[in-house]
Amino acid sequence: MGMTMTQKVLAAHAGLESVRAGQLILANVDLVLGNDITTPVAVTEFRKIGIDAVFDKAKVAIVPDHFVPNKDIKAAEQCRYIREFAREKDIENYFEVGEMGIEHALLPEKGLVTTGHLVIGADSHTCTYGALGAFSTGVGSTDMAAGMATGKAWFKVPSAIKFNLVGKPGKWVSGKDVILHIIGKIGVDGALYQSMEYSGEGLQHLGMEDRFTMANMAIEAGAKNGIFAVDEQTLAYIADHSTKEFTVHEADADAEYDEVYTIDLSTIRPTVAFPHLPDNTRTIDEVGEVVIDQVVIGSCTNGWIGDIRMAAGILKGRKVAKGIRVIVIPATQKIYLQALEEGLIKDIVEAGAIFSTPTCGPCLGGHMGILAKGERAVSTTNRNFVGRMGHPGSEVYLASPAVAAASALTGKITSPEGLDA
Amino acid sequence: MKAQGTVFKYGSNVDTDVIIPARHLNTSDPAELAAHCMEDIDADFISKVKAGDIMAADKNFGCGSSREHAPIAIKASGIACVIAATFARIFYRNSINIGLPILESPEAAAGIRSGDEVEVDFSTGVIVNKTTGESWTAEPFPGFMQEIIAADGLINYIKQGGMA
Ligand code: SF4
Repeated sequence: MGMTMTQKVLAAHAGLESVRAGQLILANVDLVLGNDITTPVAVTEFRKIGIDAVFDKAKVAIVPDHFVPNKDIKAAEQCRYIREFAREKDIENYFEVGEMGIEHALLPEKGLVTTGHLVIGADSHTCTYGALGAFSTGVGSTDMAAGMATGKAWFKVPSAIKFNLVGKPGKWVSGKDVILHIIGKIGVDGALYQSMEYSGEGLQHLGMEDRFTMANMAIEAGAKNGIFAVDEQTLAYIADHSTKEFTVHEADADAEYDEVYTIDLSTIRPTVAFPHLPDNTRTIDEVGEVVIDQVVIGSCTNGWIGDIRMAAGILKGRKVAKGIRVIVIPATQKIYLQALEEGLIKDIVEAGAIFSTPTCGPCLGGHMGILAKGERAVSTTNRNFVGRMGHPGSEVYLASPAVAAASALTGKITSPEGLDA
Repeated sequence: MKAQGTVFKYGSNVDTDVIIPARHLNTSDPAELAAHCMEDIDADFISKVKAGDIMAADKNFGCGSSREHAPIAIKASGIACVIAATFARIFYRNSINIGLPILESPEAAAGIRSGDEVEVDFSTGVIVNKTTGESWTAEPFPGFMQEIIAADGLINYIKQGGMA
């Protein structure tokens, strides 16, 4: 029986000819990741092992990003704890505030993850790198500690759902709309334990940023990982970003899938996930009148340069609606700089929005835009659970940067389509 | 490696907040966590459970947050093994990593009721319901996984030279 793309990557890292769904394996990892929330616990576990060095100081990445720049004393203490560990162990990929970014945007940008890699991260959105044709998945802090010590992780080999993408998406339809559409269709546990594998001729119409966004939200369908077939766009991206050796894995023609969906991108409408689950989706045509208080454009899902360009393009020469707080957050320092050089920040600020230094910030209700009771936000982030962005009585509506920026102008959830003229 | 004990059976989607409510997360002491294990859906659990007993459940056991406190609480309560139709994946990982044996078998989960006497063999994956005489085979743990469980978790396993 053939293997899926994910199974190929896993087999290669376990030194096995083949693996099958359900099998438990021990695999070598190319990178172990942690952030300012999960790394402190992992450091404590690591110290219990009683070894001096991490398995490879070039293959551990520690990215303080959630509550950074330190939002309070506790956050500062946590960051100090991991900073000291990074210094002591000579961790090469520890990123201080001036060179950082949100972990899942930073790692691909720095070329630390590439095609065919196997990455574990003590953060559930580690699945983002599937866009590159890598296997990456979120784990617990103990796994991170063990990974740092041994360079290995154990896995239960997943089965897969295949998404055959066809057609070309409309002008205002992005990867965010496609993934919200898919999660709306299969549900928040629709891919429990499974891989979500994307291929098909429609892929050519989805840029790398769209793919990162889609792989990022695999966890919102309960999946272990999301992974994209490698094409010229992938190869061009890694040629631009990474000098690491890479391997292209393809699913076997006779690979077995639990389910195969054909997704016609041309039929997908801009899509919004209503509170309080990412699968509670409606097309923009079904939204009705939803008055908002805040707009957030950013996060590991949608803080890419293309997202900032989209927001700036819509905001340019216009004004955000009176009384609406609009917060735009580039995912990395490099994206920040690019936005500066392209004049995007000027367009955004002149429209009456703010432009922040990279941080997870409001995405997890950390800082930089917490909601009060009863307030509503349109956000380009990935989770709209109860209280995710602040008070348990607040509401988060997940949408694309285009919908978020259009909504900023009107103060209610709005389609960007009307802006065409 | 085997376990045998009385079963505590639960339904689907038992989440990590049910296993150990967030209000008790101000400690990571296993005994303290165990004292509150399952209290919101089964107040008698902690007074009835004996060392070596078995927990069983239907679909998606351990869904919700990635807190390692959940499997820690179950393990410290004396439960020797959890059998479920399916587990949420981060709970599954965390259980193995802290040395709590878990087995996935939809058939066994359907055929086991609270109070049944069940025997589990981790090396073969064979689950025997001594009360009804039925038996099932779950995917057995490969050697190294059994060693993690036997070492009482991943950190100890590595200390003993595992994962090399
Ligand atoms: S941006 Fe949000 S989802 Fe992404 S890593 Fe940060 S907190 Fe997690």
